[in-house]
Amino acid sequence: MLWIAIRMLTGDAQKFYGLLFGIGFSTLLITQQMTIFVNLVERGASGVYNAPEAEVWVMDPVSRTTDVSYAMPGTALDRVRSVPGVEWAVPHLRAVANVRTKDGDLEGVGIVGVDDATLIGLPERMAMGDKSVLFAPDSVVIDDVGTTRLFPDADSALGERLELNDQRAVIRGISDAIPSFTSTVVLYTRYSSALNFVPGTRNRLSFVLVGVSEGQTPEAVAARIEAETGLKAETREEFAQAGVNFIIENTGIPTNFGITVFLGFVVGIAIVGLTFSLFLRDNIKQFGALKAIGVTNAKIVQMVGVQAGMVGLIGYALGVIGTVAFIKGFSTNPFFKGFYIPWQIPLISLAAVVVILAITGLIAIRSVLNTEPASVFR
Amino acid sequence: MDTSTIGNRASEAAICARGIARDFEAGQTTIRVLHEIDTEIRAGEMTYVVGESGSGKTTLISIMCGILWPTEGEVKVFGTDIYKLSDTELVNFRLNNIGFIFQQYNLIPSIDVASNAAVPLIAQGVPRAEARERAKVLLDKLNIGNQADKLPRQLSGGQQQRVAIARALVHEPRLVVCDEPTAALDASSGRRVMDLLREVAVAPDRACIIVTHDNRIFDLADRIIVLEDGRITHDGKEMPDGH
Repeated sequence: MLWIAIRMLTGDAQKFYGLLFGIGFSTLLITQQMTIFVNLVERGASGVYNAPEAEVWVMDPVSRTTDVSYAMPGTALDRVRSVPGVEWAVPHLRAVANVRTKDGDLEGVGIVGVDDATLIGLPERMAMGDKSVLFAPDSVVIDDVGTTRLFPDADSALGERLELNDQRAVIRGISDAIPSFTSTVVLYTRYSSALNFVPGTRNRLSFVLVGVSEGQTPEAVAARIEAETGLKAETREEFAQAGVNFIIENTGIPTNFGITVFLGFVVGIAIVGLTFSLFLRDNIKQFGALKAIGVTNAKIVQMVGVQAGMVGLIGYALGVIGTVAFIKGFSTNPFFKGFYIPWQIPLISLAAVVVILAITGLIAIRSVLNTEPASVFR
Repeated sequence: MDTSTIGNRASEAAICARGIARDFEAGQTTIRVLHEIDTEIRAGEMTYVVGESGSGKTTLISIMCGILWPTEGEVKVFGTDIYKLSDTELVNFRLNNIGFIFQQYNLIPSIDVASNAAVPLIAQGVPRAEARERAKVLLDKLNIGNQADKLPRQLSGGQQQRVAIARALVHEPRLVVCDEPTAALDASSGRRVMDLLREVAVAPDRACIIVTHDNRIFDLADRIIVLEDGRITHDGKEMPDGH
């Protein structure tokens, strides 16, 4: 009988494809929007991910994220270095500046000053050039998103000169970095150069990046730093999460994406509910005949369940494939750089599809179950 | 209760209906459409139930074949009081003992003719391939074996009715119930279908009830029961004068 149920479904091509479209579109909307949301808010932690060597971030107690920080006096570095369990500690500066390109364009950029000696604080990988280029005078490394923003028509940004707060800077390398939440261009330079590029107040040290000694845990060292220095210290994971939380708490993004995901759910219910009800209504005589012949209500429920399951499975697969294609298709776009689909999202969409089909299926099947077998004689 | 073993009581009436009454609610009003019907349907006969629209004939056969509960009375089909069965037992009883032919055929449009004819067997749990083979044998007998792989919409009305007949008989039921089997057919097609039905559906151990008001086929009946306003007004070999 289940085979008959499937043939009944696929035999009505218009409604079958309508149902697939409804589930597929709903899955696509939910999966794609949640994927963009997760990847976007994770960029609140891009500053942390781009400095992978740091196991503990030390900052002024009022600092909240890599982009919302309050500078500390330079002596903070020595105080941190004196804490037991700290293997190494390096200065890290984060500031904003304006650059003027040789074409005269003005662009706000982020300046990241990394340790002069070890270059800790640079992204792990370079897209072009070597990290050691930073040892050259006036040298900066630009992130790969920045090259597309500042030099969209150039073959390579290497060697390009910038006017950075009235000072000369030369791009000698391109880093393979995770873009920031706002996709701001980021220029990496040595800490000492950054102090020159970015005029400021007496205190300039944004963060102290810390590596922990062997046998120590980042959590324990962070707690010890806080206790002994009075500064705020967070492990890499805690500070990354703080960046994500800041985006969630201070922007309308969760609401906007939440509304879209909800609409995807509603659209799914509307399209699938309507089409499924019409499909069952169109076949009500056949179901009535089956009931008269001797097919039990339980078997009818199974038949409708198989129909719903088949539509759900194919539609869901189409929706997920559509999302993968979308992410792949836009992977060269700087905005979507590094986007991935967390495994939890397809599971959430699957749950949404199951709920959509359960709601619409229950509503639609009522008409079938309420059909009197005797109605086939009327 | 094992409902598949019903039918070894050929000496009994195929259907024995006693005191059958049926009420329908129409708003605040209760309308009685069948009044104290007492009748028996015998195996080996083609029995017509005849009457004007609204006379209660469809209600009567619905009750006789176990798909509509009577308000009063009892119905025994091959000795089984079918309305004392549980819901599941009654459904299984129908599946194993009754074949239905509907006015609009009610074939499933997206499966082929052989599978349509095999539906009762498939519902009984017979493997699909075997069920189709058994259905094809019957379709051959009904002269549409060469249409077995076609979809119902590719067949004429008369051919679709033959598929419906095959579906009603494929599981060898003891009772065949037909609702206006010729209503959608022209005179000659209707006649051919009825001849065929008599040939394949009427057997010594099988009862066949036909609801109709098609006077072109009255002469093919073994027995005619006439209903008027929910009461049997005639029961005989031929139609009474004036009808």
